[in-house]
Amino acid sequence: MAQHTERPRPAQDTPLLSVENLSISFAHPGGETAITRDVSFTVAAGERLGVVGESGCGKSVTGLALLGLLPATARVRGAIHFQGEDLSRLPASRLRRLRGSEISMIFQEPMSALDPVFTIGEQLTETLRSHRKVSRKEARERAIEALAEVGIPSPAQRLNDYPYQFSGGMRQRVMIAMALICRPKLVIADEPTTALDVTVQAQIIDLLREISDSTGTALLFITHDLGVVAETCSRLLTMYAGEVVESAPVDSVLYRPRHPYSSGLLCSLPGLSERGQRLPSIAGRVPAPDRMPRGCRFQARCPHATEGCEQPQPLQPLTDHRLARCWRSAELTLPGAVTP
Amino acid sequence: MTTAVKANRVKQRMVVSRLLQALPILVLATFIVFSLMQLIPGDVAVTLAGENASAERIAQIREAYGLNQPFLAQYGDWLWRAAQGDLGASLLSGEPVAQTIARTFPNTLLIAFYAVLLSVLVGVPLGILAATRAGSPLDSGIMGAASLGVAVPNFWFGMILVLYLALTFKWFPATGFVSPREDFSAALWYATLPALALCTNGVAEIARQLRSSLVEIQSSQHVRTLHAKGLSPARILWKHGLKNVSVNLLTVVGLLFNKILAATVVVEAVFAIPGVGSSIVNAVLQGDFPVVQGAVLAMVVTVILVNLFTDLACTVLDPRISEA
Ligand SMILES: Nc1ncnc2c1ncn2[C@@H]1O[C@H](COP(=O)(O)OP(=O)(O)OP(=O)(O)O)[C@@H](O)[C@H]1O
Ligand code: SF4
Ligand SMILES: [Mg+2]
Repeated sequence: MAQHTERPRPAQDTPLLSVENLSISFAHPGGETAITRDVSFTVAAGERLGVVGESGCGKSVTGLALLGLLPATARVRGAIHFQGEDLSRLPASRLRRLRGSEISMIFQEPMSALDPVFTIGEQLTETLRSHRKVSRKEARERAIEALAEVGIPSPAQRLNDYPYQFSGGMRQRVMIAMALICRPKLVIADEPTTALDVTVQAQIIDLLREISDSTGTALLFITHDLGVVAETCSRLLTMYAGEVVESAPVDSVLYRPRHPYSSGLLCSLPGLSERGQRLPSIAGRVPAPDRMPRGCRFQARCPHATEGCEQPQPLQPLTDHRLARCWRSAELTLPGAVTP
Repeated sequence: MTTAVKANRVKQRMVVSRLLQALPILVLATFIVFSLMQLIPGDVAVTLAGENASAERIAQIREAYGLNQPFLAQYGDWLWRAAQGDLGASLLSGEPVAQTIARTFPNTLLIAFYAVLLSVLVGVPLGILAATRAGSPLDSGIMGAASLGVAVPNFWFGMILVLYLALTFKWFPATGFVSPREDFSAALWYATLPALALCTNGVAEIARQLRSSLVEIQSSQHVRTLHAKGLSPARILWKHGLKNVSVNLLTVVGLLFNKILAATVVVEAVFAIPGVGSSIVNAVLQGDFPVVQGAVLAMVVTVILVNLFTDLACTVLDPRISEA
């Protein structure tokens, strides 16, 4: 009898990653606080997707949830399809085999993200050897290559150094080398340059883009920097108060946003050509998680709010592969970034 | 220069500077002990002269042993000789102090190291167990017992042990001692109860410290990176967690050794062990200052060496320390 041992192969047009209605909440003694609601998006193989949104809107928790890295108090609902498997339902051991091997993550703080008491050579080879059957010697060679690839000078010597012997920018390069050493299909970069100097930021961003281009690795790029998104990504996901409010190709959204929140972010930008800009602030505050309005979550701050906005707002498909969570998006003409 | 060579240089320099720093500590410690000896009531000359001795005889003895010299002169004399390796002899028995130390110190070291070993062997697994099940009833149980263990005095626990394990169950001898230099396994047998009595604080201390540092490290950012790399929780704990907390643990063990060495004085009295502690107590009571001085010197030297060793081990384990 034929055994069906092969995994279901994703069809040609299935995205690499498809997140469906991901809702994350944290349990605490008094109950549960909902952080994100029905977050859905896809990342195609080799695609670079930028994710922006105000601090606290749930970008990091979404990234961590993809890899199952949230603390035990987190409740995750929804589906995370990656190469035909639902990551949210995988047993821990299987998920572990994907982490660092098929999906890697780069964190914001390079200063504290590496283990201080092991050489970076050990940390690199350990990652490779826990996923691939390679000899010590071979792993060492691959580690040297990986360091060379991210532009670390004299990589063979640096292999024996400890993290404290590297600068912040160099450590982030090491993190990138470590994230890429198994040649993953997807890298989640959670504000990888926020903690770095502006000049170093530019170098790291360029490096990530080049590597993604040359290796075909898809990138989920969480950032505060719309300029970086403009230069690096092909699509932009805007999040507000735990929800996706707009999803669109970068070219079109920058000049023609279809959600008032995206528009607010874009038109207050001084210029997209300048990098290192934090997200501009918009008057007003995000409602607290326990005070979320039933209708549009942006209504208290939206200049276009009218009667009807107090109704729940679904993410609506528009033309040109775009989605927006605003019932007025078709009738409004919203300003985008100033053309350079 | 390679990193390894540089690190070695740093270590050599550290050993030399540590040993140099230790000298004033040695002098200070013996000076303090010498001064305190002056406060003890009683006169060793009277003891030496025996009962019903005449005042003349006592004065003679004082003269002969240099006991009529001013305090500083006596101390200076002792220090000068000690620097040349001569620790003098007991005023009472005439036994050279070096010989007294050679006879008694191995006994003290045996129970002290035995107690430290037991503390580590029991405390480390308990700490790991509590840390891996942080927040569970098992964790609270271990930590509750540890709080008690820190609070209970060693000698009290020693009494209970003697009562049950020796007198009731007759598993171990209640008192007495065999020198490890004569028969090591018998010495271990006799040293078990004293070491058990000494290790309660240590077990508790190690379990508590290890748990808290492991829990802290488990929630650190670099451990999150390890999870993101796909390492298993067991590998993260045993390889990364333990190496990260090892410096902390070693420091705790080093301090613990000092505490335990000090506590041997009481425990030796409880179990009637002929160790340095009991010779110090006897010598103090009789005003036999060469013995007190020599024994204290031996203790202080041991503490300094153990601390030096812990510091060195820490620099091996934590690459960042040699940088400082
Ligand atoms: N372990 C946790 N327990 C409880 N609440 C948490 C936990 N982690 C995050 N949160 C909450 O979830 C919300 C979203 O956090 P998240 O870190 O995802 O924001 P973010 O969009 O990444 O913000 P930033 O741009 O500042 O990084 C915040 O309100 C935060 O307080
Ligand atoms: S639904 Fe109404 S309030 Fe919300 S973004 Fe659209 S216009 Fe503004
Ligand atoms: Mg974040």
